This record gives sequence, C-alpha cells and structure tokens, in this order.
Amino acid sequence: MFQILNEKGEIVNEDAMPELSDDDLKEIMRRMVYTRILDQRSIALNRQGRLGFYAPTAGQEASQLGSHYALEKEDFILPGYRDVPQLIWHGLPLYQAFLFSRGHFHGNQMPEGVNAVSPQIIIGAQITQAAGVGIGMKKRGKDAIAITYTGDGGASQGDFYEGINFAGAFNAQAVFVVQNNRYAISVPVEKQSAAQTIAQKAVAAGIEGIQVDGMDVLAVYAATKDARERAINGEGPTLIETLTYRYGPHTMAGDDPTRYRTEETDNEWEAKDPIVRFRTFLETKGLWSEEEENEVIEQAKEDVKAAIKKADEQPKQKVTELMDIMYEELPASLKEQREEYEAKESK
Amino acid sequence: MAQMTMIQAITDAMRTELKNDENVLVFGEDVGQNGGVFRATEGLQKEFGEDRVFDTPLAESGIGGMSIGLALQGFRPVPEIQFFGFVFETMDAISGQMARYRYRSGGTRTMPITVRSPFGGGVHTPELHADSLEGLMAQQPGLKVVIPSNPYDAKGLLIQSIRDNDPVIFLEHMKLYRSFREEVPEEEYAIELGKAEVKREGKDVTLVAYGAMVHTALKAADELEENGVSAEVIDLRTVAPVDYETILESVKKTNRAVVLQEAQKQAGIAAAVVSEIQEKAILHLEAPVLRVAAPDTVYPFSQAETVWLPNHNDVVEKVNKVMNF
Repeated sequence: MFQILNEKGEIVNEDAMPELSDDDLKEIMRRMVYTRILDQRSIALNRQGRLGFYAPTAGQEASQLGSHYALEKEDFILPGYRDVPQLIWHGLPLYQAFLFSRGHFHGNQMPEGVNAVSPQIIIGAQITQAAGVGIGMKKRGKDAIAITYTGDGGASQGDFYEGINFAGAFNAQAVFVVQNNRYAISVPVEKQSAAQTIAQKAVAAGIEGIQVDGMDVLAVYAATKDARERAINGEGPTLIETLTYRYGPHTMAGDDPTRYRTEETDNEWEAKDPIVRFRTFLETKGLWSEEEENEVIEQAKEDVKAAIKKADEQPKQKVTELMDIMYEELPASLKEQREEYEAKESK
Repeated sequence: MAQMTMIQAITDAMRTELKNDENVLVFGEDVGQNGGVFRATEGLQKEFGEDRVFDTPLAESGIGGMSIGLALQGFRPVPEIQFFGFVFETMDAISGQMARYRYRSGGTRTMPITVRSPFGGGVHTPELHADSLEGLMAQQPGLKVVIPSNPYDAKGLLIQSIRDNDPVIFLEHMKLYRSFREEVPEEEYAIELGKAEVKREGKDVTLVAYGAMVHTALKAADELEENGVSAEVIDLRTVAPVDYETILESVKKTNRAVVLQEAQKQAGIAAAVVSEIQEKAILHLEAPVLRVAAPDTVYPFSQAETVWLPNHNDVVEKVNKVMNF
C-alpha cells in the first residue's frame, strides 16, 4: 500500500512527497473540512426532508478530494453516485448538487466549461464511458484525462473490466479510481472477489495498478498526479485503488450499517480519519489553526444555507420541459402529447 | 446512378459521411482491416485511416460505453454491433445511457450516435443472429429506430441517421443485404427519419410493413390483385417514431388494415400501430385490424425457419379474413 502520511500525521515516505506549496496544502485541508461539513449538513437536510437521494461521503475526503486536487480544469470527471464532492470542486454550483439530490433536471445541467457528467447510478457504466472519453482526448490531442470513480463492489461488474480493458487496448488518457470502502451496502469486499487487492485487477487489462492509503490525502494526490502525467504522456491508463471507509450509511434511504459492521471496525477506521491526520501534519508545520478551521466550517454552513435557499427558489419542473430535453426535434407523437400537457399546465 | 445492393449502399453512406464530417468514426468488431463480416465497411479503413475506422475488443457493452465517451468529446460515432442478438450485452449502454443522456443532462450533453446492426431471418444463421428485437428499442424513449427495406432508402436513411444529433438504432436485414440491386444515386442525399413511404397504392386494404416484410407484402399484394383485391403497401422505414399520419391517411381511404412484422406477435411494433389506428380511425374501419407476425416462441432453429417465419401466404390469408369480415 502506497502511503506518505501515517495515522499520526508523520511523513513516512519522503521521496514520494508531492510538490505542493503551503497554499496548496492549506487549500486541500480547507476542501476536506468543507466537504466533511457538507456531508453533515446534507445528512441533516435529508432527515428534514429538504434533500432527497444522498450517499454519505464522510471518511472518503482524502480519496475524493486528493484525487480531484491532482486534476486540471480540462480534465473530464465521470463520477459515481457518491462522488458529488469532486463535481462541486470541479465547478458544479452547490445548489445544483442539491437539485441533483432532490431530483430536478437543472441539477444535472453542467455549467459551460465544467467538464463532467452527472453522477452515474448504474454501477460500472461510468467506466466504459470514461474509456471512451479518454480515447477521444487522445484522438483530439488534448493534454487532459478522463477520470472516473467506482466502489469496491463496482469492481465486480463486467463494465468495470471492459472499461479498463478498452482503455488499455486504445492507450486511453484515463484514470480509474476504485474507492474501496470495504462494503458494497452490506456486502464486505471479501465477498466480492478472492483477489487480495482490487489494484491487481489492472493486470487483467495490462495496465498500471496501484493500491493507495485512501485516508492519506498526500498519497492519493501523488498517485493521481502521477497517473495523470503518464496518461498524457501516452504511457497508458492507471487503476488506483484507494483503501478508505465511509463513516455513515450506504445511502440515506434506510441503510443501517450497525446490521453488518461492528463498532470495533468503525473505531479502527475512525482512528485513520484523513482530516485528523492531515490537520496534525499541517499544525506541525505551523500551517493550520483552530481559527482557520472554524472559518472554513462557518463558510461551509453559510454556503449550504444559501444553496438550499437557491434550490428552493428553483421553479418546479413541468412535463413540457421534460419533453423538450428528450430530442433535438420532437417526434410527432411527442408533439401531440406536448400539446396535451401544455393545455393542462396553462390551467 | 449506379446499381447497388443494400450493403453497397450502406457502405456508400458511411463513406459519404466519413468524407463530409471529420468527427464521424466507424468502429466495432472486425470492421477495420477485414471490412466487416458482411463487407459493410469494406475499404473504409484504407481510405480514411485507422484513426477513423477501427476494430475494437470483443465486448459489446464496451463498444456502447466507448461510443458515449467519444460523443462526450464531440465525435459522431457509428459503432457496429455484429449481430443484433448481441444487443443484450449492451442494453444498458443503449437504453440505460445514450438514449437518456440529453434528458439526464438537461440538454447539456448530446449523443449523435448511430448504432448499426444486422438482423433478420431466412439465411439460416446460428442462434441469436436473426432475432427481431426492434420492439425493445422502440419502447425506449430517447431512441429512434430505422429499418430500411431497399438500397435507395438504406443510403438516404443512414446518411440522415448519422447526421441526427440523437441516438439512432439502424437495423439492417441480412436477407436484404444482397438479394437485389437497384439504382442508387452516387451523390449524397438524405431521407427524413420518421417518414413512411407508400410503396404501392391500393384502395381495399392497407398493409403496413417494414424490413423484409415489405417485400412479403408486395408479393402478397400482387397475388391479391389477381383475386381482385387492391392492397396499399406502406413501408414504415422508421419504426420509432412511427409515421402514423401516413398510416391513418391510408386507412381512412381503404377502411381495412393488416400490420406485418417478422418479429413474434408479442414483440415488434405491430401492436402499437394497431392501437393507434383504433384510437384515431375506429369509425373508418370496416373490420378489425389484424396482425401477421411470427409465433410467440424463441427464434427457430435454422431448419425450422421456413415453417416459422411469416410469409406472403400468411398475409393473403389475413387480408382475406379482413375482406370477408
């Protein structure tokens, strides 16, 4: 397992230390803290019925944001359903992320220049599509990559294998991240495969594979940065397995992790908290204070409040609007239905 | 003008669009150097290079997903599924993904993809090569499904399909690939999607058909003519969306209709056509609208094709029932 920062916040692999300025290090910390607060607020808002579908992210900040921090604006993200934070930091406004959660089409309308698609619900579909984006980037001669995320359960899908295999065969500019949080809903990773690591599945595609401490933001950043550079240099795609943990339930739709996880395991992983160890690291370097952290927390809370208000203000969806986004030009039968609904809506 | 088989017309359409638009990419299993298992892409790689016309690994779902990814990078993919019976491997990529992308992204991402695939019976193929699965595709909002019955239509419809900015499933009946030649203009032309064509005018009964069944309908119409029944034959050309206007206009004139398909009765799209006719023209009908379709079994073992596939005798029989109702 590739690690740079241990659980005590000590550098254990100086040679692999990525080149990051003090400002970069602080920005990474800000994003992790902000995203932790976002998770807490999202869970609360979900419980109040002010958000809909929500897949908790606490515990995976290093995995999600460390990998995202290694990207450039030109890079294209194909997220899974838990990967909303990467989209937000790539440029999706927060209120739109909330609209995605509630189920409103405007939430999925990526602003111009935000290179991403909305979170994928069909586990594995994003992997073959990422291969296609990465092949397209190579054809276009772009200095950019496609990056996609799935979980440990997702690595059992046919599309997972097909995606990494296509990417290998075409030398696609793509990076595949498997966030191994040890559980696919209630099924532990041991029941997914007899393979000792998910990273080794890269061997089947003939591509690079690396297993990273997914609670170590520096290691995740370094591995992604390296994979990105190799992809752009024509050295092929990479599979990155991040060993991580979700502190919360699978989703807010009634999953109860106490049915399949023990308190001991939870405690064991809470001791690895990516924010705690990175905070210690920064504090030792004199780069972080409680005051700064509280500022981020307040900012996050304010932003959430403003975003949920803006989401509330979004006009309700109409059937005619849903029809208008089906095709470039409406077929006759849909035109006919549109007239019916237009009449209903004007009443 | 040149005499072309349907397969040559299809190749010509792809050549035309590869020339017209540098974003057009043709790919699939064995479509590159080999020129396709039916020679549909013959010579295209040589003419346009491996960057535009290329082989893929043997994985239909991967081909579907790759098409979506390439579309997200502004390309206009024309992937091939070697036989449409293999569509089950890529149902998610087609129905779960590309069909929904414009909608799911609120119009910010589009999928100008044309999935080409052969299907259809009568040529004794092995299992899961000939199945008519257009009904599955026609039920998916977001897709258009095109099935040409002749070389002229095949070229014009394929050019238009490739130019369409939404996903099109372009199904090519294997029995029609080389069964006859006809005059096809060498220059480019496009045929609007969603428009049927009246292949033969008649006044007593409307025969609605598509794919190989168009020829079955025409053959039956000849026979019926000898018995004094004048059948109007409509070739749908696009089975989703269906051109109901042309059908209804015809039914209002003939007052009788039979809908033909090679697919099983529980499959295909005939039920939707019957339903629309009864919704919009019931007062014009002298008899119920009947269907000619295959039995509701799995597609036959190849030696049983002749007794299983619907033929012109089945059509004549159904028309006689409608005429004598």
